[in-house]
Amino acid sequence: MKLEELRYGTELLKRGFASMQKGGVIMDVVNASQATVAEQSGAVAVMALERVPADIRKAGGVARMADPAIILEIMDAVSIPVMAKVRIGHVVEAQVLESLGVDMIDESEVLTPADEQFHIDKKQFSIPFVCGARDLGEALRRIQEGAAMIRTKGEAGTGNVVEAVRHMRNIIGEIRALQGRTPQEIADRARDLEAPADLLLETVKRGRLPVVNFSAGGIATPSDAALMMQMGADGVFVGSGIFLSSNPEKMAKAIVEAVNHFDDPAAIALASRGLGEAMKGIDVHTLKEGEVLQYRGR
Amino acid sequence: MGARIGVLALQGDVSEHIDAFRNAARAFGSEASVMVTPVRKPDEITDLDAVAIPGGESTTISRLIEKNGLFEPLVEFEGGIFATCAGMVMMARSVDDPRIRPLGLMDYTVIRNAFGRQRESFEADVKIAGLDRPFHAVFIRAPVAEHPGNGIKIVGTLPEGIIALEQERYMALSFHPELGNDPRLHIRFLKNCGLI
Repeated sequence: MKLEELRYGTELLKRGFASMQKGGVIMDVVNASQATVAEQSGAVAVMALERVPADIRKAGGVARMADPAIILEIMDAVSIPVMAKVRIGHVVEAQVLESLGVDMIDESEVLTPADEQFHIDKKQFSIPFVCGARDLGEALRRIQEGAAMIRTKGEAGTGNVVEAVRHMRNIIGEIRALQGRTPQEIADRARDLEAPADLLLETVKRGRLPVVNFSAGGIATPSDAALMMQMGADGVFVGSGIFLSSNPEKMAKAIVEAVNHFDDPAAIALASRGLGEAMKGIDVHTLKEGEVLQYRGR
Repeated sequence: MGARIGVLALQGDVSEHIDAFRNAARAFGSEASVMVTPVRKPDEITDLDAVAIPGGESTTISRLIEKNGLFEPLVEFEGGIFATCAGMVMMARSVDDPRIRPLGLMDYTVIRNAFGRQRESFEADVKIAGLDRPFHAVFIRAPVAEHPGNGIKIVGTLPEGIIALEQERYMALSFHPELGNDPRLHIRFLKNCGLI
């Protein structure tokens, strides 16, 4: 086959990659041994980072892309896809991750934003991106920029699912509320949402986002994960919830089990038995203004 | 009574497979006689005419096949099986990864991620035996097959290895026809199984 007949980094390949993650759990890991635990527990992919979000909160200061040495070590350790995070708007961190060959880049509010006006122009990259969103307008703005996957933001590092629920309901509820409206009414709503009208029309027509939509930010138990699936998530990201629990291996397996059987309470009950302590968690209402991550990027 | 097709809904691009089979049936003009549903439990499989094993993460899908008690029912299943990417890995006799227990329904070995990581994922027009013009194929961290045994028909190859195989009521592909708009391979599979 002639090389010029091959096409790399297309929109279809990026969104297709995201589709292959559906029904899966993507786990935050900080080293090769955690990555191996995640893979053996049934994770569909891992997110390589230097600290899990709860530890980023504790550490304070500026949170940046992880050391490439950690990312490469994790890529060597597992055969499932490896994702990694860059700061919002940090084009060069994204270029670095692309050169390392990570499978997907998360432009994440969990790290300290590098640009308070623009997100990365994701269409310039051959690697797919996932971005956080709190509502439908934000999700569609990210898709417009080239995101191949959306994850609702929730509030990372809190072990509190309440914001994840709020954001999933914002997106799914808005799409539901627009069913049956005329194209003119939808275009009018697009202005309110600050969303591209054509993408909003496509979304309403499909009855769902045009890309895969995972849930993230505060999932700490198997029931939390199943709750997000019942609400309509295509899958879940679990950050601090696994490796800050008292028995990470058991918790990881249980969350995978709960996602697979999200509509079977008896199976979730079975998976939830004797897991030890979930991560301690934070009531999001006690967070001070600068500590709320979800408002980063809009 | 029409044809009943189940898409194994454990993990991966399940809804794309459901849509692709419906579109193929529509393109062939037999929309009303083909019923496509997601399946997850052993007793949902027995009455089907065909099963699709979708793309996804093969280590996860293998684990979930075991966990859900689907291994034996799939091995003993008498209908057709349409398998893409991770599905092709599951159909093999052996896999280059001890965490995966393949169904062993088709006699070939498989190499996972044979082209590399997502960066090396690609689209290409590939030649498939029996199709009059090339098929636009989407390869995502795709596997290839090697060492095909007796009874296996190789219908597509690239320099890296075999990308499409058939054996009577089975079809295994390393790419994703369910992600494109070309129904020819779905139609061919349904015909091979005598379902349309």
